[in-house]
Amino acid sequence: MSTVESSVVDNGVNVEALLGARQALAEAPEAAQFRWRARCEWVNGTHSRTTIHDFSGLGAEHTHKSPSVIEGDHPEVFASEDHGPTPTETVLAALAGCLTAGIAAVATNRGIQLRSVSAVVEADHDLRGILGADPDVRNGFDGVRVRYEIDADASRADVEALVAQSQKRSAVFDILTNPTAVTVEVA
Amino acid sequence: MHTSVVVIGGGQAGLAMSWWLTRAGVDHVVLERGVVGQSWRERRWHSLRLLTPNWMNRLPGAPDVGGDPDGYLGATAVVDLLDGYARSFDAPVRPHTTVLGVRHTASGFRVDTDGGPWRCRAVVVATGTEGESRVPALAAELDGDLQQVTALGYREPGQVAPGAVLVVGASASGVQIADELRRAGRSVTLAVGDHVRVPRTYRGRDIYRWMDELGVLDERYDEVEDLARARRLPSLQLIGTPERRSLDLATLSAAGVQLTGRLVGVARGRALFSGSLANFLKAGDLKQARLLDRIDAHVGGEPVDRPGPTPVPATVTELDLARFSAVVWATGHRPRYPWLDPALLDRRGAIRHEGGIMGGGMYVLGLPFTRRRRSNLLAGVGPDAEALCGHLVEHLGRARSAA
Repeated sequence: MSTVESSVVDNGVNVEALLGARQALAEAPEAAQFRWRARCEWVNGTHSRTTIHDFSGLGAEHTHKSPSVIEGDHPEVFASEDHGPTPTETVLAALAGCLTAGIAAVATNRGIQLRSVSAVVEADHDLRGILGADPDVRNGFDGVRVRYEIDADASRADVEALVAQSQKRSAVFDILTNPTAVTVEVA
Repeated sequence: MHTSVVVIGGGQAGLAMSWWLTRAGVDHVVLERGVVGQSWRERRWHSLRLLTPNWMNRLPGAPDVGGDPDGYLGATAVVDLLDGYARSFDAPVRPHTTVLGVRHTASGFRVDTDGGPWRCRAVVVATGTEGESRVPALAAELDGDLQQVTALGYREPGQVAPGAVLVVGASASGVQIADELRRAGRSVTLAVGDHVRVPRTYRGRDIYRWMDELGVLDERYDEVEDLARARRLPSLQLIGTPERRSLDLATLSAAGVQLTGRLVGVARGRALFSGSLANFLKAGDLKQARLLDRIDAHVGGEPVDRPGPTPVPATVTELDLARFSAVVWATGHRPRYPWLDPALLDRRGAIRHEGGIMGGGMYVLGLPFTRRRRSNLLAGVGPDAEALCGHLVEHLGRARSAA
């Protein structure tokens, strides 16, 4: 499947493994069912701590090499103690991480050598929504903008196509742009 | 009743196969649920014309279609073309014969029909792709007062309830129906996902002339990088009109059609649209530019009169469904094979085949990218029929020598 050129570029992505997984999971949809988990503990005030360690997929339980901790808090302008990013900012990090991983994977598959990739993600957010100050304003973002700067052995059009394809195959882009059923219950 | 080969379907694919079988001296019948070209008679809107220009639409052994080589045949003219073609070589069409089941037997196949069984040694499936409309599950959540029409059921604007219309899907069907409704004075919203933007003409020639010359249409199923994707690709955003105009999201938007992202949900009486429209528009523009770049490189020229980028409209993520009187589902269609052994189908219900060869003396043609990118075009089935007929004749020879 991969092109001849892909063997000479090295973006640190094992595209053969990804393509192999795609083929294998197309034949075995049960193994493609993954479940991601995050475990959150309230610390104090608006500060909470979320730990990410285990997940399931390929018919088995897995753990990351080590647990990761994401602090969540509000900034001092909200009269909070600012122990970490606001959860809304963590969403931006998730989008950037997902799209950038996709760019590296698609670039490798298309035989494009990347030299540097950086992105700025901005979201516009009208706080009157979450404060209940205006019933016509939604709680979430008004819109999200991502601006990439990419240095690569490719034309501008090829780089734009790379970024477009990354969006088409991005989980977090899909999660943000399409509705997802969310159920929250008390144990 | 006995014959060597049963061809199921009397459209262009079945007739092209029948022509090659006739030429090879293989006795066969073409079973047709209605009459020749049935889908062209009952599943086309009135204004529909072929996307491919006349010069392309040559069937095996037939003369040129005639008329303006750069013109586009309407559905009625296609019916006349197929009728005349079937008569020209006295194709053994059995009209009004519905296939009920195809079974393997010790000596070949038994094809059960509402006119009795046929026994044969090879079967060709040529029933096309229009078994049923592919309507998303959320259609069931729409209010009963909202009229729902599929692209296969659409005929003309007068059939669509007066008022604003939500057209879902932006392949050839979706953009053509949105365009016709808009020209009829309707307020039209078009929900857009993956689509393929191409101009009708470039450098003064039809886009199909260029694709033919570049060899794009001849790309083989065993050469294309991602065959599954190539087979799923939406139809090109094209319309066949006398003035050879382009029809895409930029022209529709300029004509006042509201563009939204994909329709992804219905909740609280509101339609929810994906926020991914900007990316789909960008991807459509980029893909079009790549094709036009290839044409420029082919002729060794600089770009001329390139279509501009599609303007990204203000984001609309939800609309009150009460404002619409009708929804048109231009979300594609798929073949149905209730009469085939399910073991011959994949988990999505599509026939398993290798370039049209199903194995054991069964063949299929007329599907997207059966053997080449041109496979599902009116005249694209001819070369496929020739190749598969060759294989089939060898199969009959082997079966005979083994018997």
